[in-house]
Amino acid sequence: MLDVKGRYAIVGIGETAVGKLPEMTTFSLTLQAVHRALADAGLKPTDVDGVLCDQPNNSPQRAYAVTVAHAAGIPVTYATDLAMGGATPAASVAHAIMAIEAGLCHTVVCVHAQKQATGRLEPRRGELHDGKEDYEEPFGLLGAPAQHASAAARHMHEYGTTSAQLAAVAVAFRKHACLNPAATMRTPITVEDVLNSRWIVKPFHLLDCCLVSDGAGAVVVTSAERARDLPRRPIYVWGFGTGHRPDTLESPTLTTLGGAQSSAVAYRMAGVGPADVDFAEIYDCFTAIAMITLEDYGFCKKGEGGPFVENGRIELGGQLPVNTHGGLLSQGHVEGMLHITEAVKQLRGGEVEPERQVPNARLGIVSGHGATLSCHATLLLSNEQ
Amino acid sequence: MTEYRKPLPRPDQDSRPFWKSCQAHQMALQQCGGCGRFRFPPRLVCPHCLSEEASWTPVGGGGRVYVSLVMYRPPNSAWEGDVPYNLSMVELEEGVRLWSNVVGCDPETVQIGDRVQLQYDDVTPEYTLPRFRRVQE
Repeated sequence: MLDVKGRYAIVGIGETAVGKLPEMTTFSLTLQAVHRALADAGLKPTDVDGVLCDQPNNSPQRAYAVTVAHAAGIPVTYATDLAMGGATPAASVAHAIMAIEAGLCHTVVCVHAQKQATGRLEPRRGELHDGKEDYEEPFGLLGAPAQHASAAARHMHEYGTTSAQLAAVAVAFRKHACLNPAATMRTPITVEDVLNSRWIVKPFHLLDCCLVSDGAGAVVVTSAERARDLPRRPIYVWGFGTGHRPDTLESPTLTTLGGAQSSAVAYRMAGVGPADVDFAEIYDCFTAIAMITLEDYGFCKKGEGGPFVENGRIELGGQLPVNTHGGLLSQGHVEGMLHITEAVKQLRGGEVEPERQVPNARLGIVSGHGATLSCHATLLLSNEQ
Repeated sequence: MTEYRKPLPRPDQDSRPFWKSCQAHQMALQQCGGCGRFRFPPRLVCPHCLSEEASWTPVGGGGRVYVSLVMYRPPNSAWEGDVPYNLSMVELEEGVRLWSNVVGCDPETVQIGDRVQLQYDDVTPEYTLPRFRRVQE
């Protein structure tokens, strides 16, 4: 196993506005995030030689990362696209480290941009799809809620998890969003509000489902040695992992997802366990997915996610603050890239509103989840080397 | 006759026999010539034993509900008249699962574990979709 702990760091982060951005193209959002991350890192484009992206939803194309690098003024020796849906941002940090370790480059910017909110206003040149449409769409299975609801339905059947327990996840993240001026949804909600919100696909209510947003985010990854010369407090990668599931139709279970394998690898690489983690930024496309991830990450036993997320345990001030920015459910949806930037801000200290700061934050875990129920990536980040 | 506006399958060399078998009201699945296991969706090579030998074997039609969902928000305008409708993952007796709809009952009442039987819905002259109906134990 790669001896990574403390040898690589995130040295810059960049975010665009998040919400409805009809005047921006995906490409412009990508470039804006890249340049903001470089500025935060104190780097010029010519100081960077690696770019990792995933492809625009409405314009899949060859070597998008190379196109981005050229437009950003970055002279890349290493540039490619990863394609793991929402697991891509977290996985891209892992791939950046592997590329640097292999000597292919020394500094990588990982960027994700999307236009899920107003993307229909852009010309569409194809669509990034999952390849399963023939066996889903004719039957009326379209859209992310239906693609994820099966995990929730099985979890409720196998473990007795309730709608009210899923709702507690939405309530917690909304509480955090209320403290975040950059969040899209800032009206507090109760469990009753979630249960009274209209059904999208049972068992998901409207408020069990993430936002759709336009926006972009980027992080800069380099070696700990290079990080020493840069202005920002380095946030070290202690470990990473990926874990992918069999196809939804063929998987022996839908209640344990890729996070079990992904986090096991990351914990082993870092030499830590769930008890060492101070906070978690967990990919929350749906309340149930975040809950299942917390189980898969070992914060509670498999099947006990329902009780675990109740009673403020995952709120700021609770046992394990989760999604301190409000997450995909309440802050905005940039496919998990802002879970990474939020973790970096928490660990740097002094970069988030004081009411949202996790006290004495030392070790954070970030999850990415994507391609319906298939893909997962995990990062363990620390402000200690 | 009103135009059918919902998505239809786009059969290719791998999947055409499956869709043709549905059109013939005798749904068939690939049964591996090496290990005898059924597989779905269709593909050239058995993921268990790597054999490229397979026969298209008609299924018995019986199965159980593995996941039951109720779609409330129409995914697009073509489903506006259908919501709420049942969307279920059915596990066939042959050991494979597929997405379909349990019809002929209140969509809310379909439970995981319900016994179902295959039936056919000729949605267009070219395409037939498998659907399921609940049956007694």
